[in-house]
Amino acid sequence: MEMSEPISVHPIFGRLTWQAIPYDPIVQMTFLVVVLGGLGVVYMIYRYKLWGYLWNEWFTTVDHKKIGIMYMVLGIIMLLRGFADAIMMRLQQVMAFNGSDGYLNAHHYDQVFTAHGVIMIFFVAMPIITGLMNYVIPLQIGTRDVAFPFLNNFSFWMTAGGAVIVMASLFLGEFAQTGWLAFPPLSGLDASPYVGVDYYIWALQVAGVGTTLSGINLICTILKMRAPGMTMMKMPIFTWTSLCTNVLIVASFPVLTAVLVLLSLDRYVGTNFFTTDMGGNAMMYVNLIWIWGHPEVYILILPLFGVFSEVTSTFSGKRLFGYTSMVYATVVITVLAYVVWLHHFFTMGNGASVNAFFGITTMIISIPTGAKIFNWLFTMYHGRIRFELPMMWTIAFMLTFTVGGMTGVLLAVPPADFLLHNSLFLVAHFHNVIIGGVLFGSFAAINYWWPKAFGFKLDHFWGAVSFWFWVVGFWAAFMPLYILGLMGVTRRMRVFDDPSLQIWFGIAALGAVLIACGIGAMLVQFAVSIWRREELADTTGDPWNGRTLEWATSSPPPDYNFAFTPVVHATDAWADMKARGYERPEDGFRPIHMPSNTSAGVVLAGLSVVLAMALIWYVWWLAALAFVGLIGYAIYHTFDYHRDYHIPADEVARVETDRTRRLSGVAS
Amino acid sequence: MSTTADVATDDTVFHYEEEPHHPEGGSTMLGFWIYLMSDCLIFAILFATFGVLGGNYAAGPGPADLFELELIAINTSLLLVSSITFGFAMLAMVGGRQATMQIWLAVTGLLGLGFLGVELYEFHHLIHIGAGPQRSGFLSAFFVLVGTHGLHVFFGTIWLVTLMVQVQKRGLVEANQRRLMCLSMFWHFLDVIWIGVFTFVYLLGVLQ
Amino acid sequence: MSLRRPILVALAVLPLAGCDLVLLSPSGDVAQQQSNILIFATLLMLLVIVPVMALTVLFAFRYRASNREARYEPDWDHSTQIELVVWAVPLLIIIVLGAVTYVGTHHLDPYRPLGRVDSDTPISDDVEPLEVQAVSLDWKWLFILPQYDVAVVNELALPVDRPVTFSLTSEKVMNTFSVPTMAGMIYTMAGMETTLHGVLNAEGTFEGRSAHYSGAGFSQMRFDVIGTDDAGFEEWIAGLRDGGERLDRDTYLELAEPSVANPVSGYGGVEENLFDLVVNMCVEPGRMCMSEMMAIDAEGGLGLEGLVATLPETSDRRVGAVFGPAPQYVAAICTEEEAMEAIAKREALPVRDRFATLSGKALPHGGQLTPVALPMTDASGQESEL
Repeated sequence: MEMSEPISVHPIFGRLTWQAIPYDPIVQMTFLVVVLGGLGVVYMIYRYKLWGYLWNEWFTTVDHKKIGIMYMVLGIIMLLRGFADAIMMRLQQVMAFNGSDGYLNAHHYDQVFTAHGVIMIFFVAMPIITGLMNYVIPLQIGTRDVAFPFLNNFSFWMTAGGAVIVMASLFLGEFAQTGWLAFPPLSGLDASPYVGVDYYIWALQVAGVGTTLSGINLICTILKMRAPGMTMMKMPIFTWTSLCTNVLIVASFPVLTAVLVLLSLDRYVGTNFFTTDMGGNAMMYVNLIWIWGHPEVYILILPLFGVFSEVTSTFSGKRLFGYTSMVYATVVITVLAYVVWLHHFFTMGNGASVNAFFGITTMIISIPTGAKIFNWLFTMYHGRIRFELPMMWTIAFMLTFTVGGMTGVLLAVPPADFLLHNSLFLVAHFHNVIIGGVLFGSFAAINYWWPKAFGFKLDHFWGAVSFWFWVVGFWAAFMPLYILGLMGVTRRMRVFDDPSLQIWFGIAALGAVLIACGIGAMLVQFAVSIWRREELADTTGDPWNGRTLEWATSSPPPDYNFAFTPVVHATDAWADMKARGYERPEDGFRPIHMPSNTSAGVVLAGLSVVLAMALIWYVWWLAALAFVGLIGYAIYHTFDYHRDYHIPADEVARVETDRTRRLSGVAS
Repeated sequence: MSTTADVATDDTVFHYEEEPHHPEGGSTMLGFWIYLMSDCLIFAILFATFGVLGGNYAAGPGPADLFELELIAINTSLLLVSSITFGFAMLAMVGGRQATMQIWLAVTGLLGLGFLGVELYEFHHLIHIGAGPQRSGFLSAFFVLVGTHGLHVFFGTIWLVTLMVQVQKRGLVEANQRRLMCLSMFWHFLDVIWIGVFTFVYLLGVLQ
Repeated sequence: MSLRRPILVALAVLPLAGCDLVLLSPSGDVAQQQSNILIFATLLMLLVIVPVMALTVLFAFRYRASNREARYEPDWDHSTQIELVVWAVPLLIIIVLGAVTYVGTHHLDPYRPLGRVDSDTPISDDVEPLEVQAVSLDWKWLFILPQYDVAVVNELALPVDRPVTFSLTSEKVMNTFSVPTMAGMIYTMAGMETTLHGVLNAEGTFEGRSAHYSGAGFSQMRFDVIGTDDAGFEEWIAGLRDGGERLDRDTYLELAEPSVANPVSGYGGVEENLFDLVVNMCVEPGRMCMSEMMAIDAEGGLGLEGLVATLPETSDRRVGAVFGPAPQYVAAICTEEEAMEAIAKREALPVRDRFATLSGKALPHGGQLTPVALPMTDASGQESEL
């Protein structure tokens, strides 16, 4: 609101002035912590001379495994930021009663809930699922890398670039105060003239490029690079759900790109797409963004459905029940994801027939979803269930997600939605499915594939501590929101009048604290496991008695994944190989063709961030320079024709002999 | 292509002794095709936007007042002919006639530039008389739909020049042939989009 | 229904007896029916949710690895019967729920006039529904009661058991008009009108608010809904008539300035058609109304002459885009004289050079323009050429 003064555009600094630096003590403290932490990290890197290692082995890598891990690290770091926002909201809402204004003013609080939503979806959930798919898919389908390894590196850095832009808004200017989907007219120039919405637009555009390209990359990988013998109906179920997710990504993110372009034109050029006069139509924005937004929900959950299938089957020691119907259920969900978007705004004044259509299509999605839950149940039936951490998360998911699914169907009934829309009931519902589904699934996946990625299991005790804090914390934090929703309490409120609500916000805040403990315990779990990695080591490459190809190679896998391309005869390829006495070849190795590392991804994404920042701050000369640099460097990069090399047969033999030694060490 | 066809039916074989041959860039055409489809979706959204806002003149001029079909006819023929010349270039490429191909590519590029020139003239004229993208929802949708297409042609032209230089330097190596195939798909795709623009925006607009 | 309902509610919310779950025990007939559907749908789904959750726990316990008694069939992965059941059960539930949804959605469509006052009382012909015109402003609610020629900010009294027809719009950003105890909610949007039918069946003071986030003052964008008998309602109207000034275009424009937590204030009279002017975004004199603009557009627009129909924005609440011209609005043109005057005025005002921004000269703000030479002002001259 303090931004209603006209802002002059300086030829060199654009609209960047000293006022852009927030005076707020909370932000300044955060800034201080980030700067000190950053300096500490830089010092450690300098001290242990890690620059070269990080640059050569990680930042410029085209290895899908390392890129996958970098995505996961990005997701977990951003989870800390997004969760800090959540704690701030819980604190504000529990304080702001009886005339108290809480500790956050509207300008600050409105940014916090907007940033929370944007970060959790785009920079926590998306990196985590993309990281998982990147890491696991090539291993599961028995190939050496993704279809376009350089593009993969570039996609990662674009996603990271988007996160950098969002983080920059904390210390320079402001973030959007519009809610996570930035509906106009509120996100238009008249209501939001300063940089907040521009940060939002450019962060999503930069990250969106990465996501779309990564989607194309993984579709090609799955369609073209499967091991011989792996027909579509012999693909591991995680690969199937990932394929559907990437189809959804490619077929929905362009919509987001287009709608954000239109919004930015309204803001930069003064066009009339979403304005209220001169022929604009703000309802079109709401429709378009949800045409992306609803498939996005399934983009997030489908890979985790795959994870739960793999985990249930592995830890029940059984084949997955109803593989074929699982596949069809996934495909049906993928298709239906496109015809339900309107259920996000039943109350916008659409006709009854339109509302009824979208309500019923939404309910229909619960049929294949329900079938999936039953299939997991019957995978457990007549099994030998080992309650390792991934299985614990899966059971917690089944008990939590069904409740979220039920409330979701309630919201899909238009007459009920007229009561529940935009209430805390809605907030409780989508946290119920996103935390109960996406996050629990990610944690199952991290615990499941960690030994594959690093060669040692995660500590069980701290994992269990984290599990119980998370699960109990989740129920404590969100059941009160269901109740508050039924009491008619609206979302995104900063202050309250009715003192009888306070107790419920108190319980919810307590739940958030428990979740904080869960996150803390998880970080401790990582640290303790790294500390005790010798004890927890997995030398077999197959610590869980797994069923799919990723368990056929060593932990961690060599750069080339498989010394020989595997041939597949069954859905659970590795279980089949084990059952029929497969013997690992110990000689006859050949040179392996691999892609080379490149710094082009870092450079291009870096230039994109500069371009975005220049556009946000109206620094036109810098924007022009960055744009020309971006195009020029991309062209320059295409003149490099040597993007691959061969790992010599000797080197392969050395790595494989090493593994033979470790395997026999276990046997003796 | 190491998927199914070439597998030994012998189900005791669990790995290949020899490395299966992964042709360099074997997924590129599929990948580029999927990219084009995602780009197509962006155009679909812009067409839909035009469909929604196309009648919102805000008491300003409509298509019949603004568009000159003669100009658009010239523009359309430039682009359509450029697709044919690109086709000639690809034929030359397949026949291994590098010099001929370069000439056809150059002709294609010039036609593309001609198209852009006419489009810029039209835009300049419209803005000059006050019918810029800010005047009404209809004009916003028009400028962005047509402008996005023009931007694609612009980048296609830059790409085309880049490829001509690369072919000049390295000849018709496999990588260059693959790149030319991708650009060819891109160029024809823009043609298809333009036919949609020409029909729905200009022809139907003026006929209304 | 009347007997069954309390039992259902009690079942559903037994543990929460202490708090006021307004969505499950609302005071308006429409909300009551919506709430019934909500409860019915919940119970219907619990038919499958409860067994699934029970089976999850049961299977997890029964087939734990340490239980060597339990059957173990590692290769069993298909059963047509089970597959049939697991697809059929959700399907049947959705068929039932879908039917309820279809009927309920049409029956409770907010645009549909009410058929009854409550479950026992049909609408009688001699009752005229109360008309309320609601406008969401930054950040308060304005209610106009045209039948009584009064208006009020942030408070609304409704006579019990009298049907109410709400016409709604917004001054600027989107909001949602929400009185959960009465009839759910509906969006309010600038330049558009939405409709909601409702009725309040109990006396008391209830909460109404915007349920769609709309900016800095959103949290305080609430109002009391007072359910009262006819006498009380008349008294409330009389209070408004006595106390307040008249709401005309000027007072409306003053009111439309952003403000937070406005006290309740009444207006003893309302300019005729004010709500229509708000919906059509032409409260400020001289602006073309949306209805007029849409009628012109339906005829194909004003042609090239329409290019001179705009005037630079005068309101300081409009912000110009950095690469766009200064904000404009379409002027209302009724007579030739007005048109000529508009053109004359248009030339007199400086228009910004959109590319001046690049050189750092321009201000991205509509109110304060730097006059710079521009290439495209002379529209009237150009027009004669064409």
